[in-house]
Amino acid sequence: MDASAAARATSAVASIPRDDDGPVFRAPWEAQAFAMALTLHDRGVFTWPEWAAALADQIKRAQAAGDPDTGETYYLHWLATLEHLVAAKGVTTPDTLRRYRNAWDHAADRTPHGKPIELTPADFE
Amino acid sequence: MELRVRALESILSEKGYFEPAALDAIVQAYETKIGPHNGARVVAKAWSDPAFKQALLDDASKAVGTLGHVSRVGDHLVAVENTPNRHNMVVCTLCSCYPWEMLGLPPVWYKAAPYRSRAVKDPRGVLADFGVSLPTQTEIRVWDSTAETRFLVLPMRPAGTEGWSEEQLAELVTRDSMIGTGFPKTPGAPS
Repeated sequence: MDASAAARATSAVASIPRDDDGPVFRAPWEAQAFAMALTLHDRGVFTWPEWAAALADQIKRAQAAGDPDTGETYYLHWLATLEHLVAAKGVTTPDTLRRYRNAWDHAADRTPHGKPIELTPADFE
Repeated sequence: MELRVRALESILSEKGYFEPAALDAIVQAYETKIGPHNGARVVAKAWSDPAFKQALLDDASKAVGTLGHVSRVGDHLVAVENTPNRHNMVVCTLCSCYPWEMLGLPPVWYKAAPYRSRAVKDPRGVLADFGVSLPTQTEIRVWDSTAETRFLVLPMRPAGTEGWSEEQLAELVTRDSMIGTGFPKTPGAPS
């Protein structure tokens, strides 16, 4: 991934938290969520204006529901937008998302701390 | 949050939208842009303030918590001090065992199996690969973050920094020096 792809993303989505060099993240998962959107955009799943509109919708809904909007929840909304758009674009279904989330939850529960968490078919049962 | 991200990631990579390695590469490009990077300030304060240093070595989570500007830190942070007789280095297999609140994102090599296995068997060889050579009489202690404990190496204060402010000192503290695979920068050397 070249820096210009990220630069196009940050100019198209004005709200992305950033410093002089580009986007900044509060935790590793935020960067992963950012990277996924970048990759899906590259694959033509959505355009940046589409993304920005969906994200703005998500933030508006969250604010209506009482989100304090201090910037700390930005990537929560980003993640919810990803989940919404992949379902809306037919990449996957809300049901599949739910199944995988439960499976990861199960895998995390059974994995002792300090071991890498890995998904196995049994986690889906 | 991590699990929701992982769920999406596994669905999308199974469907061929990306390779997990490609995603890691993007994230890695932001290595220095993730997390608050409080470690250098903590180390600089320990160098300047003996009471804080003692508190840090006694209970690092508590000591770091007393610094107002640090918003959150792992519950079980342990600081280990380098001395002329002992050098500490830290390994772990999982980024969740890495004090990213202190150090930002773990480097790729930190998560790699070769680093972890060799660090335990041949720490001196691993350090040599990083360009770090220690006197033979210096004991090397390897800390493996297997329990819910995260380690922060407190490197030795570089010579020639007498009278420096904490801000100046913090500039010398590198990430690798807090993992134990490097030294702080030398005053006056090009960074």
